Amino acid sequence: MKYLKVITISCLFALTSQSFAGGIEDDPVLTKVMGEVELRSTDDVNPRAWNINAWVGQDLNKFWVKTRGEKIAGKIEKSELQLLYSKAITPFWDLQLGVKKDFQPKPQRNWGVIAAKGLAPYLFEVDASLFVGESGKLGVRLEAEYEYIFSQKLILSPEVEINAFSKDDELTGTGKGLSSVEAGLRLRYEVTREFAPYIGINWEKKYGNTADFSLTEGKGIEDAQIVVGMRFWF
Amino acid sequence: MNNKTLSRRQFVTGVTIGAAALAINPSILFAGMRNNITALTGNTFNLSIGEQSVNFTGTMRTATTVNNSLPAPLLRFKEGEMITLNVTNHLTESTSIHWHGLILPSEMDGVPDISNDFHGIKPGETFAYRFKAKQSGTYWYHSHSGFQEQTGLYGPIVIDPAEKDPVTYDKDYIVMLSDWTDENPTDVYHKLKKLSHYYNFNERTHSDLMNDIEKKGLENTWNDRKMWGQMRMSQRDLSDVTGYTYTYLANGVTPDKGWVGLFEKGDKVRVRFINGSAMTFFDVRIPGLKMTVVAADGQNIEPVSVDEFRIGVAETYDVIVEPKNDSAYTIFAQDIARSGYARGTLTPDASMLGEVPELDKAPNLTHSDMGMSNMVGMNHSKMNHGSMNMKQTTMAGMDHSTMGRSSMGKQKSMTNMGRPKMNMGGNKEMSTMDSMVTHADTEFGPHVDMRSADPQYRLDDPGIGLRNNGRKVLTYADLRSLHMMHNYPDPDREIQLHLTGNMSRYMWSINGVKFADAEPLQFKFGEVVRITFVNDTMMNHPMHLHGMWSDLETGDNMYIPRKHTVIVQPGAKISYRVKVDAKGSWAYHCHLLYHMLGMFRRVDVV
Repeated sequence: MKYLKVITISCLFALTSQSFAGGIEDDPVLTKVMGEVELRSTDDVNPRAWNINAWVGQDLNKFWVKTRGEKIAGKIEKSELQLLYSKAITPFWDLQLGVKKDFQPKPQRNWGVIAAKGLAPYLFEVDASLFVGESGKLGVRLEAEYEYIFSQKLILSPEVEINAFSKDDELTGTGKGLSSVEAGLRLRYEVTREFAPYIGINWEKKYGNTADFSLTEGKGIEDAQIVVGMRFWF
Repeated sequence: MNNKTLSRRQFVTGVTIGAAALAINPSILFAGMRNNITALTGNTFNLSIGEQSVNFTGTMRTATTVNNSLPAPLLRFKEGEMITLNVTNHLTESTSIHWHGLILPSEMDGVPDISNDFHGIKPGETFAYRFKAKQSGTYWYHSHSGFQEQTGLYGPIVIDPAEKDPVTYDKDYIVMLSDWTDENPTDVYHKLKKLSHYYNFNERTHSDLMNDIEKKGLENTWNDRKMWGQMRMSQRDLSDVTGYTYTYLANGVTPDKGWVGLFEKGDKVRVRFINGSAMTFFDVRIPGLKMTVVAADGQNIEPVSVDEFRIGVAETYDVIVEPKNDSAYTIFAQDIARSGYARGTLTPDASMLGEVPELDKAPNLTHSDMGMSNMVGMNHSKMNHGSMNMKQTTMAGMDHSTMGRSSMGKQKSMTNMGRPKMNMGGNKEMSTMDSMVTHADTEFGPHVDMRSADPQYRLDDPGIGLRNNGRKVLTYADLRSLHMMHNYPDPDREIQLHLTGNMSRYMWSINGVKFADAEPLQFKFGEVVRITFVNDTMMNHPMHLHGMWSDLETGDNMYIPRKHTVIVQPGAKISYRVKVDAKGSWAYHCHLLYHMLGMFRRVDVV
């Protein structure tokens, strides 16, 4: 409902603004979809992963959708969807509020989300989220990415992600405390600004109870993969 | 209306109109006297705005043109005459024409919904502009509707003086510079909103970093770059839209083809440069020739000899060149981001072309371009040039505690007010009261990413990319009106306007307030206002006030140059006087097309 309201408000905004220079709205309602889809090579079946974000809105107020997941042998193993209202609060930072649903692994989990998304000093792209789950469980996710410019089109981006939780959730295999760390290094070539194939490596490790749950299920706790993918936006 | 094809001692200018025009008249191209267009002269003009196929890049595109011409035809008339321009709209959308730099009634100024009683020219309608030509010189005209200016709706104006021209010349050429994109301008704007550095392919790279470390050591390299990282800004943010999408045109001719103007050895050639771009600043030179600048924004100035000048969007400069040899000379106009150039040739023989120089290296923005005074990158040795005896005064040690803080205590420091002062041989010293730089509360928030801590008057700074380049580059400090102005009244009041924005969100505003949210500025008829611009961004903004002159305060009140468009350099401030002598409503804005939507004000003179 909340989102509907936001959309309605921003639409109203677009309609009611009166006079524009040259008859053109300086702050149009725009849509941007951006994502990475990649193939990860492992000893076993090669998983496919996606991480796609999209927004619709104006300069300072937007409605965001974030989704990510992993598919192994045709079966979705992990997937989540976030719906967020995003408000610019400083020149480089947006405050994002909304909900998140984990579809896989089962059972599904619902979360409230408070996130800060923006550009930290020294040009680190940061997305820091606090998830508030049912029965008061908390989760934290910190993502950071940097872009190292080799040439105008060849860009190396190191990225890191840390996940932690306040309580165990054995059914979904997530444990209390530091849960997982993921680090990646992707080298992309921007054929155009909008379209860039890349290669890279991705390393992931589970910690604490999360690691124990994983071992119990007979799964590994550390994995390093070579990845090949496509980065795009439009 | 007379249509004349002109030759010697008259007008020659160029146009490229798609395949059709070329097919009709291939001999023109072949002869190298490329694309002579007809100049429209007289006092009544019929202009027809429509769509036209063009091909600048190998792809057919649709341009918005006047009388099927890009640039639009030259309009040439005489000072003092009553001029009628019947403008007919054959487009499917509303249009308008603004006569840039012309002093005329608000009703004739051509800005839809701002100019009095003018709401644009609807499809199929004809609007008759009627006004008296009150001035002489080089000007231009363009659409003030939507992004039509980007798609070709611009053309030159020359008003011949009623009395004898103080400038003598044998040949008279126009070089109208512009930027063409095959993209839809709305797409360009939206791309900038989604990724503000979309067109910037000059970012500092790995090899720049390695070179820096090798040259300066790791520590100095870190220190140099630290602030840019902390501020989250690019040192190469020189131009929002670049040669990645733009083809730079000289008189509508691509750099590959090159526009050509002929001279005979010993001729005095007048070249009237007009920057009719949507977004591009050009740095212009003619290697091998000194250029004597004789007019700025249509107004005669004391001649200044230079190797190079920067022409901001919407500015004009008239120069005289005197080639003494039978050689060909390249008119080289590189864009400020060094991503491309427009090219022309002055030659005694159309088959003879000059050498084309390399683009300069893309410069890095300096601390002074960020509004910091501690590391001003300008060349102080250049300060005593021309006939001016300038002295940079600094007011160090001002007592900050007396400087009235705003209620929010958000005001930033102001220290060095280096306004150039000048002593006229012991006469009247410039009567200026250096104003304090304060940032309004509206400048704080997510929509503004920078506020100049210590903006400087940098009249004698040729600007980013032109400092210490070994060439004599024109600066605003060189501009002196040709005619003495007696008793220019002191300003009655000062209005400080801050140019603000958020580059990464691609938002632009004045004092942190965009046009859609802003109250009009109120000027009182008869008063003299001093406008002081403070640039709180890292971009150059060419500010254009309609209807009244912007009389640039260069330090010498007796020879104030009159301009219609004034570049405010990044992190700098600049002042000019406005004699408020024109009633009605006027537009006041940054002339960068994709900035002006927000960086715009209506001025009401009452």
